[in-house]
Amino acid sequence: MLFRLVWASLVRHRARTLLAVLGVAVSAAMLLDMVMLSSGMRASFKNLLLSRGFQIRLSPKGTLPFDTDATIGDAAEISARLRTIPDVITVSPVLGGQVYASAGGRTATAVALGVDPAVEGDYEIVTGRSPSTANEFVASDDFFHATGARLGDSVSVAAGFDPQLRAVTGQRTLTLVGRAHFIYMPAGQNSVALPLPTLQAMRGESAHDRVSLFMVRASSNDRVDKVLADIERTVPRVTAVSIETAMQQVDERLSYFRQLAVILGAVSLGVGFLLVTTLVTVSVNERLGEIIVMRAIGVARERVVLQVLLESSAIMLVGALAGLGLGLVTARYLNSILASFPGLPAAIDFFLFEPRDAWVALGLLAVAGVLAGIYPSWRGASLPIAVTLREEAVA
Amino acid sequence: MTRLLVARDVKRDYHMGGGGGLVHAVRGVSLDVDDGDYLAVVGPSGCGKSTLLNLIGGIDRPSSGSIEISGERVDTMRDADATRFRLLRVGFVFQRFYLMPALTALENVELPLAEAKVARKERVARARELLAYVGLAARLDHRPTQLSGGEQQRVAIARALANRPRLLLADEPTGELDAHTGAEMISLLGQVNGDGTTIVVVTHDEDLARAAKRVVHMRDGVVVDDRRQDGS
Repeated sequence: MLFRLVWASLVRHRARTLLAVLGVAVSAAMLLDMVMLSSGMRASFKNLLLSRGFQIRLSPKGTLPFDTDATIGDAAEISARLRTIPDVITVSPVLGGQVYASAGGRTATAVALGVDPAVEGDYEIVTGRSPSTANEFVASDDFFHATGARLGDSVSVAAGFDPQLRAVTGQRTLTLVGRAHFIYMPAGQNSVALPLPTLQAMRGESAHDRVSLFMVRASSNDRVDKVLADIERTVPRVTAVSIETAMQQVDERLSYFRQLAVILGAVSLGVGFLLVTTLVTVSVNERLGEIIVMRAIGVARERVVLQVLLESSAIMLVGALAGLGLGLVTARYLNSILASFPGLPAAIDFFLFEPRDAWVALGLLAVAGVLAGIYPSWRGASLPIAVTLREEAVA
Repeated sequence: MTRLLVARDVKRDYHMGGGGGLVHAVRGVSLDVDDGDYLAVVGPSGCGKSTLLNLIGGIDRPSSGSIEISGERVDTMRDADATRFRLLRVGFVFQRFYLMPALTALENVELPLAEAKVARKERVARARELLAYVGLAARLDHRPTQLSGGEQQRVAIARALANRPRLLLADEPTGELDAHTGAEMISLLGQVNGDGTTIVVVTHDEDLARAAKRVVHMRDGVVVDDRRQDGS
């Protein structure tokens, strides 16, 4: 009977209830998006860093990976030393740089990564294969589009350009053997990967036996701290950063994003709360006669409160469920806009959906739904019966 | 005959807002009603009839005095107890019927039964029985807007009788009805009383007052006459 009354009061003014549900849905969508935004980028960044299983990055002392152009010398020796540390199972040295590629009369600039092709630490092969000789390389989709090159083509690749001589330097003819997805690169970035010794040689003396960073894979996550300590002892010239440390730095940089998300989320929650409070208060005011007669014939005050709370909660719940879908759609759209943010890896999702986010948003809205019903339910349940009956009769 | 209702020196004052001062709606009414009686309270508008009815039914509290129904003090009950008392011991019928518009006739009668936690099967059976009793067996699934005034008032009476109260309180039950329908209502109330329910009715309707066994006249908040009618 209680649910029958709740349903009856909700469908009495269908259009009004529908509009309120839509209002809550918009509010819920924004709340969900803000919850996703506040945690999504962090989680996405962590997933990205862990995607190839490397828990530790080593960069020049005092820097973060690829934060500066600084490089680490004696790379071969450091690599060998790292491999002697217990629990280190993979070491992937990486040298970053820029190259100029010409194929079929078209020239393109690309970010080049000198890597150990056997490890594939920075990319995943989409078609073709990884380089197996010194004169082979793989490239991103964008590179293929920019140069018009095809798999198996010979491409002229240079590591530098001398403006005085108007000539390229460190030029090699390399064979394009694979199309790759570069995990850490921004969208639209021309990227290539070639064997580390090849890129070092192309860049000349300045890059001889030097790398931009090492990526290290430990035997298990439990051993990361121990491996970190061993690295700091064994190779004191580098800064070793675990995923956790990197995430702390990411957290610091993203704190503005999170604050913004929390504020906007709170605003949307508040708007939803006020919307439902207003609607249910209006609805209760319209039904004072019915409510007071229910009280007069012996319906308990608590039952009236419960009925109104259920009404507000139902509006919030239905609106929240609709908002969940709407939030996911808008998040996808916003993500596509933000994904083109300069310098950010294409794989980063600003709005990463996790079931926990949906539960958080639903939980907040459920609480708001109950709170939204408190005032109107209190009003309905606390009316003096005799006086209100008289007023209703006069009205 | 056992005494059902005992009211002693009941007063009810209202503070009127806007500098209206204190209004003495009921000024020391004492009343005894026996089980099975049929009492009509009559008098001019504003004489305190409805206020007295509300006080007896526990939806208002006297400023002073005492009201006992079946030995229970109504005037000192806690709110929750008074609510339970109204649910199980008293039936209310209002001038404007006040049915729940979204519920059918059957559901309106079920409402107090559901509140009393009567099992669904049992309460549906009881509601059907009551609606048949008031002559609406064929209108169970009709909503109030689909019923005439007389039919709505019959549903209201069925609702009031749902939990088998010993006392039925009716405030101008024929006030919104035409003469013919009013006569049917008077007949129905007589039937209800004849079946053992004590009735206290507030009315301006002379026909209804004549149908009662006893008539109490009020004026300016006090009882000025109280007499049994011929044939009662």
